Amino acid sequence: MDTMFVRGLKRKCFDGEEDIEGTLAGIKAIPSYNLQRQSLLDMSLVKLQLCHMLVEPNLCRSVLIANTVRQIQEEMTQDGTWQMINTQSTGQASLDRLVSTDILCRSSRDQAEGKHVPAYGTFNKDFENDQAQDSSDTMSTASAVQAPRNLQSSVWEMENPQENKGNFQKSLDQIFETLENKSPNSVEDLFSEVDNSYYDLDTMLTGMMSNTKMGHCDSLETFSSSTNTASNSNCKSDLNDLDHIVEILVES
Amino acid sequence: MAVVARAGGDGGGSSSEVQWCFLQVKGAIDEDVAEADIISTVEFNYTGDLLATGDKGGRVVIFQREQETKSRPLSRGEYNVYSTFQSHEPEFDYLKSLEIEEKINKIRWLPQQNAAHFLLSTNDKTIKLWKISERDKRAEGYNLKDEDGRLREPFRVTELRVPTLKPMDLMVEASPRRTFANAHTYHINSISVNSDYATYLSADDLRINLWHLEVTNRSFNIVDIKPANMEELTEVITAAEFHPHHCNVFVYSSSKGTIRLCDMRSAALCDQHSKFFEEPEDPSSRSFFSEIISSISDVKFSHSGRYMMTRDYLSVKVWDINMENRPVETYQVHEYLRSKLCSLYENDCIFDKFECCWNGSDSTIMTGSYNNFFRTFERNMPRDTTLEASRESSKPRAILKPRKVCTTGKRKKDEITVDSLDFNKKILHTAWHPMENIIAVAATNNLYLFQEKVN
Repeated sequence: MDTMFVRGLKRKCFDGEEDIEGTLAGIKAIPSYNLQRQSLLDMSLVKLQLCHMLVEPNLCRSVLIANTVRQIQEEMTQDGTWQMINTQSTGQASLDRLVSTDILCRSSRDQAEGKHVPAYGTFNKDFENDQAQDSSDTMSTASAVQAPRNLQSSVWEMENPQENKGNFQKSLDQIFETLENKSPNSVEDLFSEVDNSYYDLDTMLTGMMSNTKMGHCDSLETFSSSTNTASNSNCKSDLNDLDHIVEILVES
Repeated sequence: MAVVARAGGDGGGSSSEVQWCFLQVKGAIDEDVAEADIISTVEFNYTGDLLATGDKGGRVVIFQREQETKSRPLSRGEYNVYSTFQSHEPEFDYLKSLEIEEKINKIRWLPQQNAAHFLLSTNDKTIKLWKISERDKRAEGYNLKDEDGRLREPFRVTELRVPTLKPMDLMVEASPRRTFANAHTYHINSISVNSDYATYLSADDLRINLWHLEVTNRSFNIVDIKPANMEELTEVITAAEFHPHHCNVFVYSSSKGTIRLCDMRSAALCDQHSKFFEEPEDPSSRSFFSEIISSISDVKFSHSGRYMMTRDYLSVKVWDINMENRPVETYQVHEYLRSKLCSLYENDCIFDKFECCWNGSDSTIMTGSYNNFFRTFERNMPRDTTLEASRESSKPRAILKPRKVCTTGKRKKDEITVDSLDFNKKILHTAWHPMENIIAVAATNNLYLFQEKVN
């Protein structure tokens, strides 16, 4: 009766797990899982944040992503990898991961203007600006982005894991609150410069957009490169555009 | 006992297997698809003579089946455009500073009670009742106005005459008869007409409302799952439908893969379900994506009312409404995607909402997949087929060749590998004629019609 489930599928999910990066060779499988889980967490948070800034987000999708984030967070707290991830020195791999998720977190405005931004710095600032008028939101929403940054930058500095956990929970809550009460400032931003920057991004990436198909997820950086022309979500196409940038940056 | 359909049923030339052949395709052929032309819903009416489609641009196009004539015996029941109208326009919610999309989420026909046809169409916020009527006669010989409508000079009216009806070219008019608005804070995902033909329900992410077709200024809230504190929200309503025969019974599905059956006689607010359907999870296959792929995207009662079918990301399940603890049948739609869930999450495909449908006799179910593939599952055999809606196989009465996705390393001729599937070509909406083997498959901006091969 359980034939609907693939038998013996013990691994947690990720594609092409057999293609372990060269730098991780010799390291046990568990750290790789943690890195993948971390990148899934980062990806999920970015999805939630990006969607928050656009037209009214799809509530079902937001709820499912938020539940995924909670799940990861719970697991990370349970098996104590919250501290583990801070102390691991995975060298090249972690740096690459920093690059990829950094780009994912940049607002498209900065992309188009070609600004060089420090990890999460600009995104952080934009988000704070959006929330500037909200009386109670500024600190906790900004912390939603700071939390992953803290995790990664703690290769260089130790952070209190308990704080980060609290930040995650707060960030999820804030996301749901703001889903209901959309900040007017973010809409102004929508209508000011962001529109133009989307067009620039499109022109820039037109060459890469044609005939792309889903590729292997065989390393943490090269996420799926499928384009979705039928999508009515800028969020989706942005992520795909940025994948291409990442692919090219990493391979060069 | 649970029955699982095995993939790759060869059929061995069994006489009962349906062979599909191409009937028609509607829509533009260009590679550049305008977003507004993307079909978002497909629905046959109760007789199957009319087929309605809604698109992202807020338009409804209705096709009518041509009567078979002696002069063209081979044009057996082609569908041609009957009426086109703009159902919904884009709106702006000034309070929230958000755009309200004009995309038609669902169309549901009302049973025909007179010469006119009625349907309900909905976008995210507003439901409209449309009347589609034919006019093939015109009155002539009015007393007070000329044939072209101008008022006649009073002194020219010298005698009283009775206007007569003269035939004219058939004109099909669509007019909005009711607008049911301002009842949904969240996005409407389902509407369902009750078997009493007087009421219907509309469901959004957190609430379900009951309407009377005649009353637009009031609706009754019958389900509300909104938590007092939105921060505690972990589950949303994904689909809802009335039972086909019992007008007090309806079901709704959730993003956690559960279905609740409610009886409106038990309480005014049906937050307490009468039945709760959930399949226990297999702990060995649990992953971070388990919940997402268990989210139900569509729920449909069988015509008999004895079963209901649910579609989640990777499978279709048939439930006996008398058995709550597990489905009676489970069919894998595209199990080969299970190892690709990470990528599908990244590109958002994992959130695609596929619909499913029954054939008239409830013996076969159909649902869509990627690469313009769609699947049919014959329940009694069990036998399943994968077919493709493509321009290449669009020759009149050309028989559709079954397709196969290669899941192992060795790709046979004519098979397609998982990595070369086009995830932009998704078939989310399909419909089956209520009585005959004619199916409508929406592939982005094209509507494909296939019918059973006749010898």
